[in-house]
Amino acid sequence: MTHQGARWSPLGASITLVVLCLLGIALGSAVGSTGFESWLNAWHDEVAWQIVWDIRLPRSLGACVAGALLGLAGALAQGLFRNPLADPYLLGSASGASLGVAVALALFGGNPFATEFLVRLGLTGAAFVGAVLAVLLTLVLARGVQHTLRLLLAGVIVGVVLGALASLITLMRPDVLQGMQGFLLGSTSFIGWTSCILMLSVLLVCVTFAFALSRVLDALTLGESTALSLGLPLAPVRVALVCVLALATGTAVAQTGLIAFVGLAAPHLVRSVVTTKHNWVVVLSTLMGGALLLAADLLARLAIAPQEMPVGVLTAVLGGGYLLWLMYRSQTMRGTR
Amino acid sequence: MNMPLMALRVRDVHVSLAGQEVLHGIDLSFVAGRWTSIVGPNGAGKSTLLKALAGLLPVSGRIFLFDQELMAMDRKLRAQQLSWLGQNETASDDLRVWDVVMLGRMPHQEWLATPSSQDHAIVETALRATQAWDWRERSLGQLSGGERQRVLLARALAVQAQVMLMDEPLANLDPPHQVDWLEQVRCLTAQNTTVISVLHELGMALHADDMVVMQAGRIAHQGACADAATHRAVEAVFNKRIAIHALDGQWVAVPKL
Repeated sequence: MTHQGARWSPLGASITLVVLCLLGIALGSAVGSTGFESWLNAWHDEVAWQIVWDIRLPRSLGACVAGALLGLAGALAQGLFRNPLADPYLLGSASGASLGVAVALALFGGNPFATEFLVRLGLTGAAFVGAVLAVLLTLVLARGVQHTLRLLLAGVIVGVVLGALASLITLMRPDVLQGMQGFLLGSTSFIGWTSCILMLSVLLVCVTFAFALSRVLDALTLGESTALSLGLPLAPVRVALVCVLALATGTAVAQTGLIAFVGLAAPHLVRSVVTTKHNWVVVLSTLMGGALLLAADLLARLAIAPQEMPVGVLTAVLGGGYLLWLMYRSQTMRGTR
Repeated sequence: MNMPLMALRVRDVHVSLAGQEVLHGIDLSFVAGRWTSIVGPNGAGKSTLLKALAGLLPVSGRIFLFDQELMAMDRKLRAQQLSWLGQNETASDDLRVWDVVMLGRMPHQEWLATPSSQDHAIVETALRATQAWDWRERSLGQLSGGERQRVLLARALAVQAQVMLMDEPLANLDPPHQVDWLEQVRCLTAQNTTVISVLHELGMALHADDMVVMQAGRIAHQGACADAATHRAVEAVFNKRIAIHALDGQWVAVPKL
């Protein structure tokens, strides 16, 4: 895809996105069923403080960080597979996480976003373990990471098979259906401070690694042979990047469920405003993912207030619309060239 | 007698692709500072040979780059001495032309280092040499096929390697830029760079110093381009459907109708 018109400098774009994220978090802490008042009264009202500090703030920050993890994973997937339609879930992590949650729900019963700490931890852990195991299974089936097409196909196979198993469990245990559906749609409602700190730590590790290894993604844009001829250690870097991809996706999925399209759309949005190397693409996609999910989270809370929509529904609708627009725009551009 | 310096030596190299042997025991030597073109019919194994010379394929047999065993060399050191320009490699559209050419400096840079002023100067020289300087701020996707090829050529030049391997470097280039490429190669060999290129355009290939003629995974002939024996060998591998004649002090290949 080619992008013309006004270009942003990478630095300018990052500063804008950081400001947007901060604004979003501030706004997120001011929006809710008790309204803006809680925010104003927070300094002298115990309950208002609790609402802002323990519920709204971690939720907004968590949405931002989860989105950032997905944006980063999306940028890595698209760079690694040299495919603009690659998304963070394509190595089977989504269906792996679903299967993990289905198994956990069938064992413990109940709601995936239940407040009891142990159940929460069990489900989060199950989703994470499921996602990581699914990626490992994909790697085993593809016999390593060197053959990109084989890896993609293995990801599809693992996705279909594990998805079918998860459906089978839900079919046999209809009582887990609602909880399962909640997980599949994704939600940012129940992120607490622990989740925030966990996700932030993982994000820092992942961004550091991705940034440091990004020059291999630059070289890969010219094809595998050229990348090899430049003396790059392609094999170990690929393994490392797949690990970072799996870790980032697994962490986000475990905390927020399957949130659609953020990972796919964030790198596209970045590339539509900035033409730059992968080190910046990685950083900017991370910030863009954060801003996107934060915005979606705000909308989900405001759209049918005082009710709330699952944020995954919103990202799916908005993300789908955006990709459709992108598709038609690139078609017309090709037509005029 | 002084033996000429050999840039690349190939000893009994066999290559198999997908379980089938496509190169059957190749023995070749390439003299340093000369331009060799590799020609032959489709499927003769030209591109495979070039990839093997670049160390991009697992081979049985031995290849030496200036007396060092190619496969045993440190990969970065090898990348500094040997530059590669592939054929039909899918390049994604999103990188800027400047950044693409700067990738050629990678073998000379530390892992996280920013490009030095020398790197900048070399990239500029390479871009100007292929007349791609004006597009340096554009992304690869905004260029036509021929323009892209010139950027990729600049990328290969920016490595400033002693040995350059090019697979179909003239693809998509219009005649004036093909002539530019020819002069570029002459310039490189004048600076003692060894150039080895796979070429379909026989007329262009005959401008090289030496020629390797391939057929069915074997070397049919290696010799000077001006040599009559070389011309006969080329005509033979193309089933005598072409003839090589002299015209204005150049060799041309014409179809035999």
